[in-house]
Amino acid sequence: MNGAAQPLIFHPGTPVRVDRLPCVPVAGFRETVIRDVEQGARLAALFGLETATGEIELVAILAHPERGVLAALTTRPGAAYPALTPDCPQAQGFEREVAEQWGVLPQGHPWLKPLRFHPPFGKRPSVWPRTQAEPARPGMINFFQMTGEEIHEVAVGPVHAGIIEPGHFRFQCHGEQVFHLEISLGYQHRGVERSLIGAPGKRTIHFMETLCGDTTIGHAMAYAQALEALGAGAVPSRAQALRAIALELERLANHVGDLGALAGDVGFLPTASFCGRIRGDFLNLTALLCGNRFGRGLIRPGGVAFDLDEASADELRRRLEQAGRDIRSAVDLLWGSPSVMARFEQTGTLAPEDCRALGLVGPVARACGLERDVRYEFPFGVYCFEQIPVSTWTSGDVFARAYVRWLEIQRSLDFIYAQLAALPKGPISGAVGALMPEALVVSLTEGWRGEIVHVALTDAQGRFRRYKVVDPSFHNWMGLALAMRRQPISDFPLCNKSFNLSYCGHDL
Amino acid sequence: MLKILQARIRQGHRTVAYPRGEPVLPPRFQGCPHFDAGRCKAGCTACAEVCPTDCIQRTGRDGWQLDLGRCLFCGACARACAAGALTFTQEYRMAARTRGALLLDRDSVPKVEALRGAMQNIFGRSLKLRQVSAGGCNACEADVNVLGTIVYDLGRFGIQFVASPRHADGLLITGPVTRAMELALKKTWDAVPEPRLVIVVGACAISGGLYRDQAETLNGAGALVPVDLFIPGCPPHPMTILDGLLQLLGRLKRP
Repeated sequence: MNGAAQPLIFHPGTPVRVDRLPCVPVAGFRETVIRDVEQGARLAALFGLETATGEIELVAILAHPERGVLAALTTRPGAAYPALTPDCPQAQGFEREVAEQWGVLPQGHPWLKPLRFHPPFGKRPSVWPRTQAEPARPGMINFFQMTGEEIHEVAVGPVHAGIIEPGHFRFQCHGEQVFHLEISLGYQHRGVERSLIGAPGKRTIHFMETLCGDTTIGHAMAYAQALEALGAGAVPSRAQALRAIALELERLANHVGDLGALAGDVGFLPTASFCGRIRGDFLNLTALLCGNRFGRGLIRPGGVAFDLDEASADELRRRLEQAGRDIRSAVDLLWGSPSVMARFEQTGTLAPEDCRALGLVGPVARACGLERDVRYEFPFGVYCFEQIPVSTWTSGDVFARAYVRWLEIQRSLDFIYAQLAALPKGPISGAVGALMPEALVVSLTEGWRGEIVHVALTDAQGRFRRYKVVDPSFHNWMGLALAMRRQPISDFPLCNKSFNLSYCGHDL
Repeated sequence: MLKILQARIRQGHRTVAYPRGEPVLPPRFQGCPHFDAGRCKAGCTACAEVCPTDCIQRTGRDGWQLDLGRCLFCGACARACAAGALTFTQEYRMAARTRGALLLDRDSVPKVEALRGAMQNIFGRSLKLRQVSAGGCNACEADVNVLGTIVYDLGRFGIQFVASPRHADGLLITGPVTRAMELALKKTWDAVPEPRLVIVVGACAISGGLYRDQAETLNGAGALVPVDLFIPGCPPHPMTILDGLLQLLGRLKRP
């Protein structure tokens, strides 16, 4: 234990000077990360960046929810280092990402496959040697395979049956039963993180709003908070309240849509059709705020771009109450229909210990009984003053993931009513100054899929040396793969919908 | 069963009156931009400078051109225009049959010419589409999906999304077309029997949009397949998409 290093302790939304980050030998770095995660911390981010000398530095951000603090430390691993993943499974995606982006090899990684199939940043050599004639191509990997009598393989995607983003799913089946599912993504890779080096510029906020288009508010808010921290911007309380209303409206629209889609996947059409419509009602409420159904243009560093006048606030409340009544009548049908419950219960069950080991987040984690919610653990904006109860369920199955969404719908409605009743007066935007140079800030929000992490590191001019984005889907895709084990393959659409993860948020 | 019927009665009939009635749009909806060139200050390029996709260009001595196919409808240009020469209207009808028709240089909105002859006979009353997302952020996808809900009830116009390209009359493409999706999109296109249509939805699929000139993308679907209908927006409002589809099929009587 004497090899462990002392990390820097700080808070989300508070910038720290990069020279205060302890840079420790690899052994101490590994020991600290592994020990802290064993003791209940979570690896919120692990990423690489290039130093002035061209060396690669790894930065680990650990979240300590019980103390409400973050811990950071760095190391310079050279071309290769002993992987964390065998001792700390939640590092698996991060280490694959570091290997792909920076060509640093995590030795002993049990699942070292590309995530997004792009060449490393800055023309570095790839850890997966490729020739010009045989470039990286999504889906072209050695999939895990089983052999034996009656074992068969099913390949799905990248183009699926519905109106949905692309990804590839490879099932190893014995008859109907799935033994293993491997998910290979990267089809949506648009080079966002690469383009953010040297930002911010006039395109940056729009990248944030389209990182994952159904989470426009969640990501734009995380970005705005990062800039406000670095630029000493004070966000007026009215803007904070409007942001939180928009964030909860985004959650409402997506949770309602998911419940409708889950009903549709088990052939229960009344709730499917009602929810499809009610989801639109919530999107239209976001459009009432800013003109766009996804909240594009609403969140800007310093505050919000649109105010809510008295008449619009009244209309928002009136339409919210109507939608609230409609959604209750639509969703109550689910829990009262044995044909629905029989399909939801004990389908795609995820064990809480797997959930914890993989560092899963959002409603997926809460459906395994974990009290994991940024709004509660690391409150930001209005949530520092107005608590929203954490909704959990313990069964870890499709039902739990659906029911947690229903609980959250009710909490979000109550929260918005309360915010509207006591909307602070005053301006909706404050000034954001020049960004602090040579600094690091971590910004967290709870999007509807779970924890959103943005980490900004600035150079001497206050430009981004690195801007790391962790969408909740980055963690949770592995959860879906595990939930499918021992399930009939025909339950895949239902399990998949109960996670409803983002492809572009993962592929960036 | 009784509870289901009760809920069904409670929820009521919720399909929009459109196309018989006018669509209801949010008051802050940013539709087709309008240039009042007479109010432009000489030598001022404020709108072009703030545009995140550089979709506004100066042409000639005092002319302007705005590329609807790249516009994100973010309104940054209108806010930057001190003279109030550039505004966003409530006009939701913005689809066009050609890329060139999206280059606005005067007070006009793009028009959609309906399919003619054999194409009109084949697709006019029944159009089956296969959707391909190729780098889309799931906003365009979501607002295409919403057309299938009871609110818009796309089925009443004979338009339907199908699972297989082999059952489809055409593709509806979203996203800037990532290099990673190039092969999959091409294969999907090859699987659609002729005659076939391509409809592109959103700034990304039209021109690359915000992701234009990223090494990872192909600047839209036009690089791979011939496009029959362009529907601008980021994402387009469902009404903009529906209007484009119905005009293409000659199902709307436009004033």
